Amino acid sequence: MSETVDLQKAYAQSRVGEVLDQLETELIGLKPVKARVAELAALLLVDRVRRDLGLVSALPTLHMVFTGNPGTGKTTVAMRMAEILRRLGCIRSNHLIAVTRDDLVGQYIGHTAPKTKEILKKAMGGVLFIDEAYYLHRPENERDYGQEAIEILLQVMENKRDDLVVILAGYAGRMETFFASNPGFRSRIAHHIEFPDYAIDELMAIASVLLAAQDYRFSDAAESAFRRYVEARMRQPYFANARSVRNALDRARLRHAVRLFAERGRTLTMDDLVTIGPEEILASRVFAAVAAA
Amino acid sequence: MRVTQGTFSFLPDLTDEQIATQVAYCLRQSWAVNIEYTDKPHPRNTYWEMWGQPMFDLRDPAGVMLELAACRKAHGDGYVRLSAFDASHGWESLRLSFIVNRPAEEPGFAVERNEVDGRRIDYTLHRRA
Repeated sequence: MSETVDLQKAYAQSRVGEVLDQLETELIGLKPVKARVAELAALLLVDRVRRDLGLVSALPTLHMVFTGNPGTGKTTVAMRMAEILRRLGCIRSNHLIAVTRDDLVGQYIGHTAPKTKEILKKAMGGVLFIDEAYYLHRPENERDYGQEAIEILLQVMENKRDDLVVILAGYAGRMETFFASNPGFRSRIAHHIEFPDYAIDELMAIASVLLAAQDYRFSDAAESAFRRYVEARMRQPYFANARSVRNALDRARLRHAVRLFAERGRTLTMDDLVTIGPEEILASRVFAAVAAA
Repeated sequence: MRVTQGTFSFLPDLTDEQIATQVAYCLRQSWAVNIEYTDKPHPRNTYWEMWGQPMFDLRDPAGVMLELAACRKAHGDGYVRLSAFDASHGWESLRLSFIVNRPAEEPGFAVERNEVDGRRIDYTLHRRA
């Protein structure tokens, strides 16, 4: 072969590295996810170079499924995925349409097909993100219209592969049941990406990133209190990873504001306004539940 | 006789690729594109039948082309046109409209003259069978 190809140049030209770096620095943890995304980017880049040289490169199936517990970053990664796929030239625009069952399934006979098609048309050229996809199938109701939406979806996923990338997301166990009852889906999806739960250190790192983004910070005592808070919260039911952390921080900000307001006689410094103290964290119900147990 | 109405009607028929490019232009201007069909292309027949619902908030011509293919399948022996509407004034106003499908054989129109009120002449267009 006389023709040579500069993969590095193609990589630099696609500017996909920027998005991957952004993914690396802005998202904490999620090692397996980042690895899979990097693999996918490598495959697509090599495919593109092959196509430029006139080699056969069948357009790979890009539909994906993201499984993981609540708050593990599925939606956030999907948004980045749209940008990555656009830079690699797999989709024409970087828009992402996020929908749930309500947006696809109608309420009466003949309502579902136009509704699903409308959403599909809006998503064309970009990414369709179906959150909590397992709700589409309701096995307990055999006349459920969800099945109709699934059929249209499958048909478009197969025939319009170069116009649309579909990403399904949901909790691992329930997605498994969903695929078991809709075998057509599993075979049409090439990439299963699993989102692991965050470890305590990762959650603390997320907390400090979230606080910094809002111009707040923990005092040292508050930081250790928050670590104990997260440890206790992780053992309680309905723990939603990063989402629980964000909600806890929102409540801490609320208590912080209430405390400052109660002390309104005194002059506040900049430090008072940005520092979240331990009392804001320790007031949480989570500690009361631990003490009661 | 070739029916000429709307934009591009004196050009050769647009290919699908050219249609998609025109649709992409409309979507870039944030116009909503819809598909209409009729078997009565009389110039005074402004209201054609709508194919499906108007397509708002599209980002890519693929969605329109999908519907166009479905409409041609059902009404390939009639006239189909795309219309683009601009809502930036607060109401939908037509910005671009062009024929994207016409029957293989177009009978065309003939002028009919009627004498009315003495020597006055009325002209009517009627469709050749």
